[in-house]
Amino acid sequence: MAAGKNSATAAADGITMQRTDAAAAAAGKTEAELGQTMLRRGTQSRFWWLVPTIYILFLMLPIYWLINMSFKTNTEILSTFSLWPQNPTLRNYGVIFTDPSWYSGYINSIIYVVMNTVISVSVALPAAYAFSRYRFLGDKHLFFWLLTNRMAPPAVFALPFFQLYSAFGLIDTHIAVALAHCLFNVPLAVWILEGFMSGVPKEIDETAYIDGYSFPRFFVKIFMPLIASGVGVAAFFCFMFSWVELLLARTLTTTAAKPIAATMTRTVSASGLDWGVLAAAGVLTIIPGALVIWFVRNYIAKGFALGRV
Amino acid sequence: MNKTPNNKAWFMVLPVLALVAFSAVIPLMTVVNYSMQDTFGNNVFFWAGTEWFQEILHSNRFWAAMGRNLAFSAIILCIEVSLGIFIALNMPRKGWGVPVCLVLMALPLLIPFNVVGTIWQVFGRIDIGLLGRTLAELGIAYNYVNNPVHAWITIILMDVWHWTSLVVLLCYAGLVSIPDAYYQAAKIDGASRWAVFRYIQLPKMHRVLLIAILLRFMDSFMIYTEPFVLTGGGPGNTTTFMSIDLVKLAIGEFNLGEAAAMSIVYFLIILLMSWVFYTVMTNYGTEKR
Repeated sequence: MAAGKNSATAAADGITMQRTDAAAAAAGKTEAELGQTMLRRGTQSRFWWLVPTIYILFLMLPIYWLINMSFKTNTEILSTFSLWPQNPTLRNYGVIFTDPSWYSGYINSIIYVVMNTVISVSVALPAAYAFSRYRFLGDKHLFFWLLTNRMAPPAVFALPFFQLYSAFGLIDTHIAVALAHCLFNVPLAVWILEGFMSGVPKEIDETAYIDGYSFPRFFVKIFMPLIASGVGVAAFFCFMFSWVELLLARTLTTTAAKPIAATMTRTVSASGLDWGVLAAAGVLTIIPGALVIWFVRNYIAKGFALGRV
Repeated sequence: MNKTPNNKAWFMVLPVLALVAFSAVIPLMTVVNYSMQDTFGNNVFFWAGTEWFQEILHSNRFWAAMGRNLAFSAIILCIEVSLGIFIALNMPRKGWGVPVCLVLMALPLLIPFNVVGTIWQVFGRIDIGLLGRTLAELGIAYNYVNNPVHAWITIILMDVWHWTSLVVLLCYAGLVSIPDAYYQAAKIDGASRWAVFRYIQLPKMHRVLLIAILLRFMDSFMIYTEPFVLTGGGPGNTTTFMSIDLVKLAIGEFNLGEAAAMSIVYFLIILLMSWVFYTVMTNYGTEKR
């Protein structure tokens, strides 16, 4: 019976044990039964941490190996097999920060990702407000249609995008990639923001209008601060999905706006692989996500569920 | 929330419409165009009707790629959903462990897709990778480059590594929303661990689990970058999924008509799935409220 939850922390355990006391007393349990209960609880909850720990170890192992490789020289990578660098070197990172073909990849990626985030969120804000507050002709169909764009396989769009942007002379510009990524980021931003906006009671809008606020002033002064966390989460997810996407970004760029991800695949296919530099470049692409993830940790599930949790 | 009927709200949606029309509708129309036309080059096109569709639907290559996609989605869904629920049930609920677990588990989700491929490429290689080398030392002839079974295992392992956390995070969000009173009631009733899971935790996770399953289905169905970087579709064609095949057809072989017809069939399948996704999700939401 005590099997209720075996996954509480030690702190939470103390609380639940008091509750078990109360519950047992209420149910008229004898002292012996209670003792047995607590014993069983103890044996079950002592190892709760094993599962997440093993899982996190499994997650960290490949990343650790990449980081390990990034601090080794190529000869060491290929000749010796060691769990940590024998002669740690910063040469690989040095190559990336001094060779323009490497660091310009990062700059290009950041430029189009930021452009995409700004466009997606600013366009999605009014739309999300409309979806969360008003009923209008075809709203449900429109909402669903937006979702289908999130589900569209980028492979389907690679070729037509290339032709469309060629026609406009936009190939190999940052704005082309930023606009192409709007395909899946705008629907995502609308859905996430709609989820957050629907959590704000409608009475707030009405009160503000009665107080004589105009719509734009109300939106910026009152409404935006209320959904600030939602805007942050939407921006984070736009940033992230644009950052991790490669297929469209690679198709639409050649040199001037080539993202770091494409630079990396180019190196893989070339002869004489520079494993150390490749690993260092990989580590550097993980860092932006790792830096901001702390701020959205409580909303990350909501964001991945398109604002529906 | 009761919404006010107001057709002027359309104006607020207009920017989104314009943008998505530019980035989705126009390209899609190009695809539809190509799927119905044939060309001998020089930008001269003539009407081909449903020829390309017939060709696609009778080509073994298309069905083989689709079969691989379905098998892949089925396998990773089974593993990721059961593993995800199991881990979410064992996550800490309070204390310092919560943010640490959340952040560390979410980390693979934020890695660029091709870097995920690269990470597993170097991790699995028999000469320099930790996994490949360890297996070799143990006497297992593991080589994902020329053994199809090993390539599949590696890709599945990579996807489990990459995306299980999504299921964990969503299930965890569902679990923490269960009030303590439910567990106390179960305790008083003397419910077994299984009963608590079956009648309290699973119903509460139902909604998020649905989202997780459908998201994972969609994303695994359009997987491209990770297997492309890891195996390049090989050995042979054994890991060539629909996306990889499509890009090969469109950009590698420049076979526009066939690629366009394939895109449309592919997109229709996804569209059907997202419709099921949406209806189930919205219906489930209203029924519970």
